[in-house]
Amino acid sequence: MTAIIDIRDASVYYGTTPALLDVNMTIDSGRFVTIVGPNGGGKTTLFKMLLGLVRPARGSVRVLGRAPGDARLSVGYVAQSPQFDPLFPVRVYDVARMGLIGADNPGRFRNRKSTREKVLAALDAVGLADIENHWFNSLSGGQRQRVLIARALVTAPAILLLDEPTSNVDITAEDKILDVLQQLRNHMTILLITHYPKVASRFLDLVFCVNRTVHLHPPTENIDDALMRHITGLSMPGTFPKPATDSCHV
Amino acid sequence: MFEFWNAVAEQPLARNAVLASLLLSMTCGVVGSYVVVRRITYIAAGVAHCVLGGMGAARYLQTVHGWSFVHPIHGALVAALLAAAVIGWMSLTSREREDSAISAVWSVGMASGVLFIYATPGYSQDLMGYLFGDILLVTRQHLYLIAGLNVLLLVVVARWYDAFQLVCFDEEFARTRNVNVSGFYILLLALTALTVVALSVIVGIVLVIALLTLPAALAGRFAGSLAQMMVLATILCALFCLAGLTFSYGPDLPAGPAIIVIGGGCYFVVAAAGYLRRHFQRTQ
Repeated sequence: MTAIIDIRDASVYYGTTPALLDVNMTIDSGRFVTIVGPNGGGKTTLFKMLLGLVRPARGSVRVLGRAPGDARLSVGYVAQSPQFDPLFPVRVYDVARMGLIGADNPGRFRNRKSTREKVLAALDAVGLADIENHWFNSLSGGQRQRVLIARALVTAPAILLLDEPTSNVDITAEDKILDVLQQLRNHMTILLITHYPKVASRFLDLVFCVNRTVHLHPPTENIDDALMRHITGLSMPGTFPKPATDSCHV
Repeated sequence: MFEFWNAVAEQPLARNAVLASLLLSMTCGVVGSYVVVRRITYIAAGVAHCVLGGMGAARYLQTVHGWSFVHPIHGALVAALLAAAVIGWMSLTSREREDSAISAVWSVGMASGVLFIYATPGYSQDLMGYLFGDILLVTRQHLYLIAGLNVLLLVVVARWYDAFQLVCFDEEFARTRNVNVSGFYILLLALTALTVVALSVIVGIVLVIALLTLPAALAGRFAGSLAQMMVLATILCALFCLAGLTFSYGPDLPAGPAIIVIGGGCYFVVAAAGYLRRHFQRTQ
């Protein structure tokens, strides 16, 4: 298989504070990668580095064989609990269509038919094509999250980054989001940040522990509450379970 | 009540007031919608009050030092763009609290304007004029100025509607789509500054702030898209201006404050109705 993400000895600092130190990670195409770790451990910074929004002070990062900034439009991104103006006047269709900006010309008149087809296909993938004309802010938290996943899918990305997509939603909404991810895993490489054992254990493929450094978690049949507490409760780098491989090459 | 409309039939200045109301409504409807959804009304107000400093300095240089080539609108333009640049730079790069920085720019700009006006012999009475203006004294040149600004706005909005909408809705995602978020933020501040300058010399600083925020805030409650919000805000702004002119002309009241009171009254009524509706929905 081909390495779709290749990080070598990368370190990221915010000022003088290290966020990630000497990260090595190689992920092949088609894998479902679950990322766990304590708050402030650098999980979101890892995603921002893959998107080219944060540059490593040293080391190299290649995404789809290119610099992260050049590959950005081939990567779908769903941020962690984005806050929206509750009175922002925008409909579901238009939020999903925002994903095409920069990647395509989503003009209101030019390419109108193909734009509509792409947007409706993305909304259909998350089961929301029937509410395309609803006001975005009238939706439940779970529905909004699925619209944001559709926005990330509208360009048919090779990689999908999801930063805690099931936080702040109820159990029913969580199940629907997980069902969507189950469908998507056959079509793209997915990296998912989560704090929930139920989520992590459902997609057992690769589990990385991120806390300044990145380690591949030993393969296991189940990730339960105790193990998740063990993983996320250790705040100091170097106290994770030993990595299965030195380079985390999978 | 209809003295104003009788005057429109007979007096060019009254006709100019109607034309100015319609033209500036479009300006305020478009820029105001961006200002409201991007939540930078406080920045717009800060820039507007800085305009007083620029106007006062220009009038001072003109009168005291004989710089006849300097007009208050030149001072207003420099002050507004400078204030927008300082606030934008602080917002994007500085570790200062944004609201504290805006308050500093706002108060220093306005205070320096008051000092310049009082240091200029014979112009201290101009202060109320700068704050509230007089829409009934609009000249043909003023109308050309607003029409030109509207053309510029239409070009910018038509070209970058989607990018502006995305930046206002979700900055972080906009960055992942290669949208220059900082560039669009500075462009929005510059457009706001130009709008404030063009309108404050005509209708006064306080009315500019009111017309940038109240119609757009009201329109946002009913619109289904940003474009609809702009159109609805333009219509509401025109209605407020024409109603203010209609009700103030007969009793010889200042038109600017009348327009603000009508617009503000509508805003509070709609906000209260929305609160009551939600309250009753919760209790049922």
